[in-house]
Amino acid sequence: MSIDSMFVHKMWDDHELSKMVEGGVPFPMLSDAGGRVGKVYGVYDEDAGVETRGRFIIDPDGIVQGFEVLTPPVGRSVNETLRQVQAFQFVRASKGTEATPSGWKPGKKTLKPGPGLVGNVWKEWKTQMAFD
Amino acid sequence: MAEEVKAGCARPTGGPVGEPAPETTEDIQMEKKEAKSMIQVGKKAPDFSAPGYQKGGFINVKLSDYLGKWVLLCFYPGDFTFV
Repeated sequence: MSIDSMFVHKMWDDHELSKMVEGGVPFPMLSDAGGRVGKVYGVYDEDAGVETRGRFIIDPDGIVQGFEVLTPPVGRSVNETLRQVQAFQFVRASKGTEATPSGWKPGKKTLKPGPGLVGNVWKEWKTQMAFD
Repeated sequence: MAEEVKAGCARPTGGPVGEPAPETTEDIQMEKKEAKSMIQVGKKAPDFSAPGYQKGGFINVKLSDYLGKWVLLCFYPGDFTFV
């Protein structure tokens, strides 16, 4: 979503993005003229008149589970976004019985929060795992 | 005389020139305060509807139409920017 019109989105997809992604962008490219949606989400820069790089993970109940906002010159990590979505999906599927510690990726060790884990995380999780 | 604009990552924009009248400045500041973020993790994502483009067609998207699915909502400064 940006402040550009849907017509400009079409031109960008036709003339540039379709040269990077076969068949063009598959998902909706939304138009937010005047930044009205961006204001509500806290990503509209009034002075520049544009939206900053905001990214929101919204779950199937419409709840915001996470967000990240960057200034324009720095791009995002798609891999990190996907990792977070996978983690939120995993936690949701476990109905809150499991949690993903720092550095978690699919297939790696999770934690089961409860009285037995208090003061014992050091036995289950090593600092190195944050950097794996 | 028009001067050349250096292309950067932020989209160049214009605006009124000169000192704004004092009461206008106050209005703008009030507006800015009201527009602060209402987003909090664990809380409902504000619903919206927006026109858009997808795969050759023009569409209208409502966030609440995606209930039951995971949604990634991404904002960016502008089409044809560099990052």
